[in-house]
Amino acid sequence: MYTYSDFDRAFINARNAQFRAQVERRIDGSLTEDEFRPLRLMNGLYLQLHAYMLRVAIPYGTLSSDQMRGLAFIAEKFDKGYGHFTTRQNIQYNWPKLKDVPDILDELAKVQLHAIQTSGNTIRNVTADHFAGASADELEDPRPYAELIRQWSTDHPEFQFLGRKFKIAVSGSPTDRAVTKAHDIGLRMVKNDAGDVGFEVIVGGGLGRTPMEGKVIREFLPKGDLLPYLESVVAVYNLLGRRDNKYKARIKITVHENGLDKYRELVEAEFPHRRAAFNGIDQELLDQIRPQFKSPYFTTAPKAEFEKAYAKDPVFRSFVDTNTATHRNDDYAIVTISIKKHGATPGDATAEQMRVMADLAEEFGHNELRISHEQNVVLPHVHKAHLPAIFARLQQADLATANVGLASDIIACPGMDYCALATARSIPVAQELAERFDALKLEHEVGELKIKISGCINACGHHHVGHIGILGLDRAGVENYQVTLGGDGSENFAIGERAGPGFSYAEIVPAIERVIKAYLEEREDDAETFIETYRRVGMAPFKAALYPDADKGRKHAA
Amino acid sequence: MSRKFTPKVVTANDLLEGDVIWLTEDDQWTRHMAEAELIVDEAHAQIRLLFAEGQLAHIVGPYLADAQAGENGPEPTHFRETFRTRGPSNYAHGKQVEA
Repeated sequence: MYTYSDFDRAFINARNAQFRAQVERRIDGSLTEDEFRPLRLMNGLYLQLHAYMLRVAIPYGTLSSDQMRGLAFIAEKFDKGYGHFTTRQNIQYNWPKLKDVPDILDELAKVQLHAIQTSGNTIRNVTADHFAGASADELEDPRPYAELIRQWSTDHPEFQFLGRKFKIAVSGSPTDRAVTKAHDIGLRMVKNDAGDVGFEVIVGGGLGRTPMEGKVIREFLPKGDLLPYLESVVAVYNLLGRRDNKYKARIKITVHENGLDKYRELVEAEFPHRRAAFNGIDQELLDQIRPQFKSPYFTTAPKAEFEKAYAKDPVFRSFVDTNTATHRNDDYAIVTISIKKHGATPGDATAEQMRVMADLAEEFGHNELRISHEQNVVLPHVHKAHLPAIFARLQQADLATANVGLASDIIACPGMDYCALATARSIPVAQELAERFDALKLEHEVGELKIKISGCINACGHHHVGHIGILGLDRAGVENYQVTLGGDGSENFAIGERAGPGFSYAEIVPAIERVIKAYLEEREDDAETFIETYRRVGMAPFKAALYPDADKGRKHAA
Repeated sequence: MSRKFTPKVVTANDLLEGDVIWLTEDDQWTRHMAEAELIVDEAHAQIRLLFAEGQLAHIVGPYLADAQAGENGPEPTHFRETFRTRGPSNYAHGKQVEA
């Protein structure tokens, strides 16, 4: 894992000292809120409905055990004993006090974390495949490049006042677990005909009020050209992107309005100048970064206990079948810890739970944890021999729910329970849906199903790419929930289609239950997943299930 | 034709704590909406908002929120303002337990 250099440490400490002084000047009245606001946003500090919120970056979703313990300490000392992991692999604290924030940032610095550029019109925390370095299907660990991007984009003087926020995601695998097509820039590692590994560069994807699938601007970018090319893409956006209308300021609109060909032409014209200016320094940095991401030293251990437990204990078997994924080492597994217990708030973990996960990573997981954009915690390198012990400890900590990838593994933004921008609540809808699925005992039969809920049109809950998406709106002073179907954030990217009129708060859970029952009716066999069935049969049967009365009405009319 | 004026309260967040506060008749800030000044006159609402905007050393983001007269004082009319009087629905945190 990457550890801070002297430069990093000095930079973070200087920034934290600056912000401490800025907070002092705000409190003593020398700074107005208008002056202070951009300064606090640059350091991840928002003011939400009920309190301040501090958003801490977890670069490319990777944490060490000590870092996780640092997050737990902050949750306990400065917040209400928990943290909320987000769809951008960040953690948010919902209740910090303004005067405590400088101390929180100093605590973060002690474990090599920060909140810089988690807000504002800058390049945000770079996200990555949460199975990076572990999955069986990966070409290369993308995180050294993600770290290079973090260093390049942090405090980049040219990109501190972009037209709008800018998000980059990186994946090293053909299976897209990083939603690369819904980012301002998505990077996917690919192999060219010569057998070299490079990047497919995707631009102009995004969700929000105008969802768009990213477009391939460069099919194969040699790895050595990464930073100059990225810098060219962002530099063109910085000048060409609209600043007259906030809702048309993202790069997806710039690419859409100018056309991909023109955008590419401008980037390619810029690229040689940028490349010449880099002068090899980026490659030197990369050479220093790369050894810090070297593969753990995999151990060997007898697997008999694991096999016995797997054969004998159905609860353990269900956990293994549902919450582990194939590791590139046959003796190992990738364990996803669900922080979506039925009825709990998606993405929330208590300080105690964070410590349990940190301890498990230290004892059994080569000291590594990941945060997924699906708001779960991952132990990327676990020898199968240790799975029974890990499972037992997770059970004690209320962290052993076997629902990863299933209906109750719901992504939900904070919604109007916290967020000042939200138009409706998301969390209680997710909680009630999960409790309903638990009561029905159907979700293992239903199989893979991604439900994603956003509490406003900005789509932090990724509803556009949910197999079932739910969007909470304010309709004439009442919460109203629109349903979209058929979205997909994977390599088979698709933006969901709106099913029809929205549902009230009381109606939304039964409506989703009807969609799931319609799927069970429609599927060819139990191997056909929800999204496959939707692609085969289309919207009609689901619409009929969602709006049974409307269907009756039409039949009567005909 | 402009829309008919509906009763309002002046509300904001506290600078240090970040929590929700409302403006009272005697120019104080309260944590309880029921103690807020219910403003029924449009011109007076603008005057009170201007007053709040002069207090930015202690408060953040003042605005006029719709309200109505209740038994014990002003009450919210929109669900967003209702949530602001009590806190989130997933935990017993915020005003619902601190008030």
